[in-house]
Amino acid sequence: MSTLVARISAEPPRRRAALSGTALAGLVLAALAALPLAAEAAGLPFLVVTATRMMIFGLAALSLDLVLGYGAMVSFGHAAFIGLGAYAVGILDAHGIRDLAVQAPAAAVTCALFALVTGAISLRTRGVYFIMITLAFGQMAYFFMVSLAAYGGDDGLPLSGRSTLFGMRLIEGDPALFYLVLAVLAVALLALRRVVASRFGRVLRGSRDNAVRMQAIGFSPLPYRLTAYVIAGAIAGLAGVLLANQAEFVSPAYMSWQRSGELIVMVVLGGMGTLVGPVVGAAALIALEEVLAHYSDHWRLGLGVMLVAVVLLSRGGLAGLAAKIGRRA
Amino acid sequence: MLNLFLIQALNGVQLGILLFLVAAGLTLIFGVMDLINLAHGALYMIGAYLAATLTAATGSFGLGLLLALPATLAFGLALEVLVVRHLYGRDHLDQVLATFGLILILNEGVRIVWGAAPMSVPVPDALSGSVHLVGTLHYPLYRVAIIAAGLATALGLHLLVNHTRLGMRLRAGASNGPMVAALGVDIRRLFLVVFGLGAMLAGFAGAMVAPILSVDPGMGDSVLILTFVVIVIGGVGSVRGAFVAGLLVGLADQLGRTFGPILLRSVMDASAASQTGRTLAPMLIYILMAAVLFFRPSGLFPARGSR
Amino acid sequence: MTPIRNASRLATALLGATLLAGPAAAQGQGEGSGKVRVGLMFTLSGPSAVLGEQGRDGFLLALDTLGKKLGGLDAEVVTVDDELKPDVATNKARELVKRDRVEFVVGPTFSNVLRAVVRPVTEGGAFLISPNAGTSNYAGAECNPNLFVSSYQNDQVHEVLGKYAQNKGYKRLVLLAPNYQAGKDSLAGFKRSYKGEVVNEMFTPLGQLDFSAELAQISAAQPDAVFAFMPGGMGVNLVRQYRQAGLSTIPFLSAFTVDESTLPAQKDAAVGYYGGANWAPDLDNPQSKAFVAAYEKKYGSVPGTYAMQAYDAALMIDAAIKRAKGDLKDKDAIRAGLKAAEFQSLRGSFKIGNNHYPIQDFYLVKAAKRSDGKYETQIAEKIFSNYQDNYAAECKMK
Repeated sequence: MSTLVARISAEPPRRRAALSGTALAGLVLAALAALPLAAEAAGLPFLVVTATRMMIFGLAALSLDLVLGYGAMVSFGHAAFIGLGAYAVGILDAHGIRDLAVQAPAAAVTCALFALVTGAISLRTRGVYFIMITLAFGQMAYFFMVSLAAYGGDDGLPLSGRSTLFGMRLIEGDPALFYLVLAVLAVALLALRRVVASRFGRVLRGSRDNAVRMQAIGFSPLPYRLTAYVIAGAIAGLAGVLLANQAEFVSPAYMSWQRSGELIVMVVLGGMGTLVGPVVGAAALIALEEVLAHYSDHWRLGLGVMLVAVVLLSRGGLAGLAAKIGRRA
Repeated sequence: MLNLFLIQALNGVQLGILLFLVAAGLTLIFGVMDLINLAHGALYMIGAYLAATLTAATGSFGLGLLLALPATLAFGLALEVLVVRHLYGRDHLDQVLATFGLILILNEGVRIVWGAAPMSVPVPDALSGSVHLVGTLHYPLYRVAIIAAGLATALGLHLLVNHTRLGMRLRAGASNGPMVAALGVDIRRLFLVVFGLGAMLAGFAGAMVAPILSVDPGMGDSVLILTFVVIVIGGVGSVRGAFVAGLLVGLADQLGRTFGPILLRSVMDASAASQTGRTLAPMLIYILMAAVLFFRPSGLFPARGSR
Repeated sequence: MTPIRNASRLATALLGATLLAGPAAAQGQGEGSGKVRVGLMFTLSGPSAVLGEQGRDGFLLALDTLGKKLGGLDAEVVTVDDELKPDVATNKARELVKRDRVEFVVGPTFSNVLRAVVRPVTEGGAFLISPNAGTSNYAGAECNPNLFVSSYQNDQVHEVLGKYAQNKGYKRLVLLAPNYQAGKDSLAGFKRSYKGEVVNEMFTPLGQLDFSAELAQISAAQPDAVFAFMPGGMGVNLVRQYRQAGLSTIPFLSAFTVDESTLPAQKDAAVGYYGGANWAPDLDNPQSKAFVAAYEKKYGSVPGTYAMQAYDAALMIDAAIKRAKGDLKDKDAIRAGLKAAEFQSLRGSFKIGNNHYPIQDFYLVKAAKRSDGKYETQIAEKIFSNYQDNYAAECKMK
């Protein structure tokens, strides 16, 4: 499809990187696990909240990477899944069902079904049409939630409190929620690593790089793309479950098209088709927002300039720019 | 009930015409340059702000509108040369990112230059009354003027696209771009002209609605999404498709908004019906779009023969 | 070097840089003695920003008058914009309480935002003073010991107009409000004192600026009068489009639609239209006159109830801290002080009820052009005296 994707896929396998990556991952995990204690000691307990948000959006960006980075499907409606997941929590909560053991599967199944139906229609189209039809489905979900007056409509829905886990109020505190999100993110990351390394993942990447060749050797890309779309939807739904718990509030705004745009930015900023990259990208974008917003109301201007500059200054997209920086460093 | 239908149909046409004005340029940009330009709605916003400022400066809406047109054209041309030009032939994802960045820049820029509070433009005195239709029915004269101006523009575009040399190149570019370039047409200039024209049309639409809507940062975002729907339903690259789809979307939205609740009222109580119906209306458009794409994945009037 | 790893490196570098800058940005710790931290949360962007700006300016004016002190303590103010987005507001409220560690939050402007911030603020241990939004749920069963409202219960202003419509003998009405909590409260309040027929009840998306669909229905229904609740930019557009649609023969009653925040844009189009309020700039008492003069001098525009209520919120906090002798840790004393409301309200008669909502007078007001060319609302008649909302009995607090 593109220069950007071609460039990434043209790279040799990254076995060496993966090995050193394991040690690095352990180190990062240990550092993250110590964060709540360190933040408390430094008198900055709010850092935990920010870090939790980073990881939640990291999880969502990670799921988008499966679609965008490995499937080369530019989905502009991914935020809808976050919203649906969040609403699964909100709506169940409003009916007195507060346990994650029910909420999380409900969210994942709802999102998987929504992804199955919309994906089946969207994947009939390609290119610009795919971008716009996913956008339209996202907007449709958005307006559906806006219309659900019984569950707050436009105004959103405050939760009665954070979810319980098997009847216990485990994630009442911010550090506890932080550890839960960290665990979910780590599991999702490992699981998706296996998925992309599996036969399924190889077909998906093969279809991305050369759909005609894959078809010639007997693989129809559609079922693989659809499966990836559904898996990504379900994971984004889990991110929504966590987001609802973090904010203790559910709102249609979670599924606005700007949010979908931001998710794409996170994935591309961090590096498409790398799984870890989008998580870092999400953290970077949220950190940027936190800090810039503190200095100026007009922080979005800075983000916009950065995006345009990054695309314009690099021949092969963001990855190309990073390569340039890397060579210089 | 019939009266209501008539008025809502007129409102639908007015919205449809407006969407067409924005969509016409964008569909050509998609079709001819294969560029996905998320910032097109921002040009609509810029048009509205320029018209508001120039109206305030000159004291006349007519003059303000007249000056806003070349101003948005110039803005569009500058944008093309500075940023957009470098996105032709790039990956769609790069285009999405860069133009998403442009939206952030332009929305924020407008907030910095004009402030966050909305601006308002008075309706010109000559057009501030209402037209008597039938019985007790009145329709605002200014909205009639929007419809008329939009239809005139549509006619002009039709002539331009179908009966001029430029139009021929446009159509050729939309159906097979590389071939046009191979035949020796200066594709750079063609692209510049198309982008400028599209910007001016969007700016014109923005300037026209300035007196009936308040002008605020972010006004382009809502229009952008509706415009996408119009383009996808109409078929990328087709001005005729944009016209038909614009009217379709405008009518579906306006009639759905009013008659949805009325139909729902027979099955639920008035305030619940009104709330549900009002928000089902915007969904209706997307359902329409999904349905069209399901049966015709390239829209109603696909301009491009084969891709 | 693979591009992939380098893309991550770029992001990592960004992340590192911003995290380093983070702690610098996250200032505001340390229990400085003799200091009180107040978070202001208003809608400062979008079409309804004028309302929030009035609230913020009103509070800051009060602070100036009090010598930048509240109850004798140096006041430190953090202002945030809720963007009229409940999801944004809920995060920012948490930031104010947990990161900036404010003792009081004053805000928000809109009721849907109020619902999103009550829990994060009050459960975070701060007091929430709402200078405008006053939803029915918090006035009744969900009343909250750490939530105080310095404005009114939303329904009350609408009850004023319902009573007026009833008194005028209108038989068939069309009602119009945005689709959010205050909009629903508005129509509920109106119908409490208006007993005639409601031909049509219309809810529009919050922030909608094109009323052609609604005006078409009004034109088709030909009611005796229209009652609308359309705050901020929505009201500006509605009033202008109402005239353009040729509907000005149908009387137009409204709440928060024609007031000091919208009049500068509506100008003559709104003159003569009626509204309801708990105060108007021409209210005849010395503190109110001084406030209006000071506000106009400092900000160059006529203050509306939004500014007045935020000004009173500052006085309320000032009085509470004084009563607690400056001890911010003694939450019970502060709460008792807020409830006692020992200050001279700009409204004159003002008390806080058991549900922490005010008990006050309400007036029918009329938009007018002043001799200096500015527009303001003026009191036409007093409709209710020392009026308490209808939900107070459902609140268990004493």
